[in-house]
Amino acid sequence: MGRDMSEPLLRMRGVSKTFPGVRALSSVDLTVRAGEIHALMGENGAGKSTLVKVLTGVYPKDDGKIYFAGETIAPASPREAESAGISTVYQEINLIPRLSVAENILLGRQPARFGFLNWKAIHRKAERALERIGLRIDVRREAAAYSVAIQQMAAIARALDVEAKLLILDEPTSSLDEREVEDLFDVMRRLRDRGLAILFITHFLDQVYEIASRVTVLRNGERVGECETANLPRLELVAKMLGKDRAELESGGELRTAGTKRAAPGVPADSEPTREAFFQVRGLGRRGGVEPFDLDMREGEIVGLAGLLGSGRTEMARLLFGVDAADTGQCLLDGKRFAPSSPRKAIDRGLAFCSEDRKTEGLVPDLSVRENLILALQASRGPLRLLPRKEQMEIAGRYIRALDIRTPSLETPIGNLSGGNQQKALLARWLAIQPRLMILDEPTRGIDVGAKAEIEKLVQSLRERGMSILFISSELEEVVRNCRRIAVLRDRKKIGELTGPDIDERKVMRMIAETNEGRDSRGGVPAVPNDPPREE
Amino acid sequence: MKFPISTRRVPLIATGLVLVALFATASVLYDGFFSLRVVVNLFSDNAFLGITAVGMTFVILSGGIDLSVGAVVAFTSIFVATLVGSHQVHPALAILLALCIGPAFGCAMGLVIHFYRLPPFLVTLAGMFLARGMGFVVNMESAGIRHPFYDRVLDFGIPVARGVPIPATALAYLLLFLAAAVLAHCTRFGRSIYAIGGNETSALLMGLPVGKTKILAYSFNGFCSALAGVVATFYMGSGNPAMGFGLELDAIASVVIGGTLLTGGSGYVAGTLIGTLIFGTIQAALVFDGRLNSWWLRIAIGALLLAFILLQRFLSSRSTDRRTALAERSRPT
Amino acid sequence: MTRKGLRFRLDGGRTIWPVLGLIALLVLNLIFSERFFHLEILDGRLYGTLVDVLNQGSKVMLLAVGMTLVIATGGVDLSVGSVMAISGAVGAVLVARREIPFPALVAGALSAAVLMGLANGVLVALAGVQPIVATLIFMVLGRGVAMLITGGQIITFEDRAFVFLANGHFLGLPLTAAIVALVFAGTALLTRRTAVGLFIEATGDNETASRLCGVNTRMVKVLVYGFSGFCAGVAGLIAASNIKAADSSRVGEMMELDAIFAVVVGGTALTGGRFTLVGSIVGALLIQVLTTTMYNLGVPPAIAPVPKAALIIVVCLLQSEQFRRHFVRRRQTARPTVPETG
Repeated sequence: MGRDMSEPLLRMRGVSKTFPGVRALSSVDLTVRAGEIHALMGENGAGKSTLVKVLTGVYPKDDGKIYFAGETIAPASPREAESAGISTVYQEINLIPRLSVAENILLGRQPARFGFLNWKAIHRKAERALERIGLRIDVRREAAAYSVAIQQMAAIARALDVEAKLLILDEPTSSLDEREVEDLFDVMRRLRDRGLAILFITHFLDQVYEIASRVTVLRNGERVGECETANLPRLELVAKMLGKDRAELESGGELRTAGTKRAAPGVPADSEPTREAFFQVRGLGRRGGVEPFDLDMREGEIVGLAGLLGSGRTEMARLLFGVDAADTGQCLLDGKRFAPSSPRKAIDRGLAFCSEDRKTEGLVPDLSVRENLILALQASRGPLRLLPRKEQMEIAGRYIRALDIRTPSLETPIGNLSGGNQQKALLARWLAIQPRLMILDEPTRGIDVGAKAEIEKLVQSLRERGMSILFISSELEEVVRNCRRIAVLRDRKKIGELTGPDIDERKVMRMIAETNEGRDSRGGVPAVPNDPPREE
Repeated sequence: MKFPISTRRVPLIATGLVLVALFATASVLYDGFFSLRVVVNLFSDNAFLGITAVGMTFVILSGGIDLSVGAVVAFTSIFVATLVGSHQVHPALAILLALCIGPAFGCAMGLVIHFYRLPPFLVTLAGMFLARGMGFVVNMESAGIRHPFYDRVLDFGIPVARGVPIPATALAYLLLFLAAAVLAHCTRFGRSIYAIGGNETSALLMGLPVGKTKILAYSFNGFCSALAGVVATFYMGSGNPAMGFGLELDAIASVVIGGTLLTGGSGYVAGTLIGTLIFGTIQAALVFDGRLNSWWLRIAIGALLLAFILLQRFLSSRSTDRRTALAERSRPT
Repeated sequence: MTRKGLRFRLDGGRTIWPVLGLIALLVLNLIFSERFFHLEILDGRLYGTLVDVLNQGSKVMLLAVGMTLVIATGGVDLSVGSVMAISGAVGAVLVARREIPFPALVAGALSAAVLMGLANGVLVALAGVQPIVATLIFMVLGRGVAMLITGGQIITFEDRAFVFLANGHFLGLPLTAAIVALVFAGTALLTRRTAVGLFIEATGDNETASRLCGVNTRMVKVLVYGFSGFCAGVAGLIAASNIKAADSSRVGEMMELDAIFAVVVGGTALTGGRFTLVGSIVGALLIQVLTTTMYNLGVPPAIAPVPKAALIIVVCLLQSEQFRRHFVRRRQTARPTVPETG
């Protein structure tokens, strides 16, 4: 690369940021050099967005220093960051869909004479800005009329229009198709060669290797590594993202035994595949969500879903519970056809879904712990048959004791509890309807270690009592520890399953890390259940 | 993608067609409706509604709402009338003062809405009660205005054809409309309003002065309300603290019928002009007819509102469908 | 506007403030006007200013009950004034046909009102139109329809049963007070003795989460607007009975704002969620006492909006977290918020 010797353009040192109750960044370092594409990776909640928002002045930092182009900076607003030379294209492309492309590129700095906008100059400047990144379109049309890819380009053109030295691209490829991604990469390379520094946030491994020269990995608000991509095996990158360290990986055999040894104290050594699956999914899929997949669920079994962020884990859960409508495929429940078309129907059939997004899809924050606990149960009884108050107290009290939910009283608004206790209360909400199949999406995210252990213990005891559980987690270790069958997802597709003795972290990571190279890009690994990955 | 007309223009064009159709129908049905005088009267009779609607357009485009306009119009009218009538202040000075109070009032509401993050609905509701009450504090009853200055202004008129002059009130309306159109479409302030109404978070991330722009939008609306109040004194020859009840709702209706999205971010000042003219045309037709009654105006306006809101819903669901379809087309692997 | 910024969250419950306000006003009256608390019994009926307050405040109290449920779902209903006009108009037109019995008349008027309310609900819940807009449409449309029904005339009537509605007495108190009590008690039972109240609060507080729990949030919304229409219908009949006439163009004008105001003052946040029916009734009484007090103090009724505005501003500011932060140190038990990290 040869540029490595130069003084870095951006150095963030010891940057910390705490939100009420959550430490989002703890003493994170980040170094980006001029003329390089630097990838920033991490799972949901790793702190990528927070780091970017601190850098661009959306959030004030609690601690740490930012050196940029030889100076210490502390931007207080996106505008200040922009004038310092840091431009950002956010994940949710921040264009105003109903304004024209030209306006979107120049909003706030339109050429004007005596206060009146010069529309000709606006269109000319916008066209020139787009030409610079190799795009020729009618800039007079509204942004919403163009594809996401073109909107992305327009956003980049806007970002570059202010003499940017550092361009931050936050998940720019998440909704682009392959050809569009290539176009974007061409532009990125051209900009890099012109000496621009690009901070590229993504969760696609292939793309990191294709375009970035160095990568910084964040996990739980901490930096777990900064490496040259050329010297970083894919497996190790996956390991870093999923919270495993290199030492454990290198002693692969040991890890394997350790893995199996740790695999769920309650899981019997021999799996019982003979039992009939009561819930069978056949070819269920949704365009833009997850490709058609098969899945069998048996009573008294925990099935894990492993995969990186954006691999289709949550989409799969939402299809099963009827939150999103499936385009294709069907489910069989006890041999009878069942189309999950709404949460209401899914609940009536004995399904429960504990969403990963506690705040927007789980908590009803102003209502009390008691009301939150009985909400799903009451909803399934209908509006008229109100659970008697005494019974409500009794149910709530029972789960509060069983799950050790720490709350000042039954009537405390649930929003006032800590994250771990909120999570346990939401679990209790679903336990109260005594479901046959419980879908747990990231049940341990954002809660402390003690609470995590408790939730895992609870999940195991539910399995012992015959419940079927679909367990989704970005903590690979957790999935491996708790599940005797794991479905692995990559790029919105189920690529295989591991069972019983085959389960270890390294195998799962291999499957996730496998490139598409050498394979028909459309075919990939067939989504056949129990397809074991080949060992190298 | 292959939509011949930009989606944002569809409501505007629809409104224009409705106006033409209404006017044509009325012209066929009633003798003498199709005349320059009727057209000029449309502008002068609806001047103060039109002016408040223009101001309301800005607030709605920015994603807000202002319920205080009717009360501010009333306050201004009685304020000017009382200063001129009881305190012998020269009308020009009284009008100038009134035109300062209006924006200051709007600005104050904008400040409260922005800095205390309160819903515009509630804050401007308080503003409405306040302005209405203050009007009665100034003067309990309506007050007539007799002053040479008023006579001169009322005599003034630009003749467009034989015997049909454009009166000063219509002129004020047209001038304000032109100024507002330029403000909305040819200044950074105007474009920022569209951006904020379109997506406030994005506007903030783009580094636009969100707070300042919002406050200015309410201030401008305050100015328009004050101007409408002044125009009303010329139109009625008096000030009345009880006038303009429900005017804010007529103004909002004009804006919506004019094709502006009530959620903000999309619309045209010209659309609002057309919306007001639709209001006026129906009213004029009812007067010409003599048999139809005033409640048909309410019903027609309600039906038009319903139709336009449903059209907007349809268009926006269409365009989000298109966008998700685009997003879903991606990721073949 | 942030959801959090609007929560009314002061220690001691949410109804304590309007109650304190009401008491303060009453004390003010005790000091400045000896007539205010004067009650006398004539022909077994109670007369006095306090009784008048109950009687005159009945319409806003009724509207506030329905409005409370709508606001609790995160909506608002601007059409109630027009629905009052429709209900009064239907009542007056039906009463003119002498063969129609009084209960049928009431049923007819109320079903027209409920129909308008349901139309609001359908527009909001199924067509996805913002509540302000949807109910604004029916506010404009409804007024026109009401005038259409009465032919733009003020229809007067002398029907004894109908007139008795607002002018009669029950157990020495105005019948209107009994009607309010009945509607209030019915609503309280309906919401608190079934799960309806819970579903309404859950829908207003977090609609997505409620839907995922299996609550039929759309149905909840349609029904609360329908119920608000019902309450407005009852208020409309009382208003007509009060003046022995249906005045379609004026009845209920600006009353939607009073009702919203009563609900907000009573402690239910405009953003939805927790609601308190008692608070709304107290809020409505507060408005009525304020109006009566000013009347007694000789303040011209036209200026009454000014103190009302002051009250709204105070309530708004009390609800604004940004404002309170200026004056009150934030409580340490702030709820943990999960940041948008990724």
